[in-house]
Amino acid sequence: MILYLMCFALFLVGLYGLLTKRDLIKIILSSAIMGYSTNLFLVLFGYRRDATYAILTPNNSGQAMVDPLPQALVLTSIVIELGITALLVALAIRLYQKYGTFDITKMRSLKG
Amino acid sequence: MILPYFVLLPLLAAFLIALLAGKKDDWAIALSFMATLSILALSVFGFITMREQTFTYAMSGWNIPIGICLVQDALSLFMLFMISLIALTSLCFSVQYIRHLAQDWKYYALFMLLLTGMNGVVVTGDLFNLYVFMEIALIAAFALVAYGCRAEEYEASFKYAIMGGFSSSVILIAIALTYSSTSTLTLAGIAQALPGLDQRLVMWIAALFLVGFGLKAAAIPFHTWLPDAHSSAPAPISSMLSGVLIKALGIYVLIRLFYNVFNAPPLFMNLLLIIGSVSIMLGVFLAIGQWDLKRLLAYHSISQIGYILLGLGLATPLGILGAVFHLFNHAIFKSLLFYGAGAVEMVLGTRNLKKMGKLAHLLPITAGTNMVASLSISGIPPFNGFFSKLILIIAAIQAGHPVYAFWAILGSLLTLASFMKVQRYGFYGEVEHQKPNIMPGKLIHAAMLILAVICLLSSLFIVPGIREHTLDPVVDVINNKIHYIELVYGRAL
Repeated sequence: MILYLMCFALFLVGLYGLLTKRDLIKIILSSAIMGYSTNLFLVLFGYRRDATYAILTPNNSGQAMVDPLPQALVLTSIVIELGITALLVALAIRLYQKYGTFDITKMRSLKG
Repeated sequence: MILPYFVLLPLLAAFLIALLAGKKDDWAIALSFMATLSILALSVFGFITMREQTFTYAMSGWNIPIGICLVQDALSLFMLFMISLIALTSLCFSVQYIRHLAQDWKYYALFMLLLTGMNGVVVTGDLFNLYVFMEIALIAAFALVAYGCRAEEYEASFKYAIMGGFSSSVILIAIALTYSSTSTLTLAGIAQALPGLDQRLVMWIAALFLVGFGLKAAAIPFHTWLPDAHSSAPAPISSMLSGVLIKALGIYVLIRLFYNVFNAPPLFMNLLLIIGSVSIMLGVFLAIGQWDLKRLLAYHSISQIGYILLGLGLATPLGILGAVFHLFNHAIFKSLLFYGAGAVEMVLGTRNLKKMGKLAHLLPITAGTNMVASLSISGIPPFNGFFSKLILIIAAIQAGHPVYAFWAILGSLLTLASFMKVQRYGFYGEVEHQKPNIMPGKLIHAAMLILAVICLLSSLFIVPGIREHTLDPVVDVINNKIHYIELVYGRAL
């Protein structure tokens, strides 16, 4: 239970950063932290206490195994997050070239 | 089996464009047209030949409890038809419009990925697979919003990507909770397992899904990214985003989850009613004060999405009929309005209504089609918008919610007012213009004329005799909540 709570705390850290930070890079980091906490949450559901890896070998037959599906899902989700983070960083670089700053409060061409 | 081709063809086209087209833009155009035309043909073919059946296709031959299945029913075919129709006209519009922005072939490759993602979301029957396709569509959309390489486009794209990332996290948490409590990711399997669970947990999962997909659909508390992203993107992309993306990723998934999987819980139906009516009113109030044409249209998208949510929240067959009909109509007329705005922006280089002025004689076809779309969105009879709004209002009164019907009528009147402003300042204003040096070409006119004709023709969907073959099967799929499980499992086992 404590693990899940700490995982939720990590999510809140990411959310807090997303809402309060003004620096583009810090916003990207917060978004990434939020993603990591989600992945951790997902992979925790596959965890079983005292269970082995989910590959059947002569040594571990009959033992409890961890659920391999969340692990496969998390791998996919990590790759997706990598793609989004790369895109965000590319956008941040372009924004820096246009405005000469990473401060989000100074980027004000859109309003209303 | 035609089902996998809806995903395969655009994906193949995207990679072929990147590999083969190289610097030859004409190849890219030809390839993307071929892919989109074949999807359109396939979806029409599928819709005609389907006989109230649900087909499933088990990917790689793994059956349901293990593998991922694709599901084809009236609702998904209807969405596929809508997506490919708008994609085709959007491509027609792009050929001339994109030429002056940047390298063409990258645009078409991204466009095909966007199409892959949306088609995938619509055909898949697996929750996590849906998430993956959603991300494919979203990443392509972020890149396409920033395609014009101006500061405001990067800014809008960044904002969109951050909001998209947040909503994806929320959705992933909901998927994790669903998997941990039902031990399956197949939508039909989840629907089967949910009634046996602790209902408080189910409500939490549904709330997380509502936040996540509500953000994608840009309903009112979650709408802040939409006006920036939709107004900054190139015009054909605005029409794709506003016309189909928010529906395929937002509304469609909400329908699938809340009707076919969660079995229309009354609490969330009431929430949808409230979100819908707030979206209608706030969207239209925010729109009416805008002077940037594309921004005005973007705010109207929020308002029109409100109508669809309102119809869904009523949860009566008539309300769902209105919602589905309005879903289609909104895709048609909003895309047409964005094409008009794009054509004006291309010719004059401005989106400000005060600077547009006398355009009716300069751009007669654009002005004409824009008038058709404006009448359609404001709900003036013979055009399709009138009929869908009428059905929604009647459904609201029949379901015993006259207050919501009142909001819908008021929203419609304010929409009319704001489009009278568009016509008055934008196309029949005082500012005179010289003959511009760039004019919309044949393909742009073709795209606009096709949609304008459909604005009129799709009113016929509601005529008895045609309705039984177009809208009614879709409503049946949504309304027969438990039927979906039997159909999916019946074919697969």
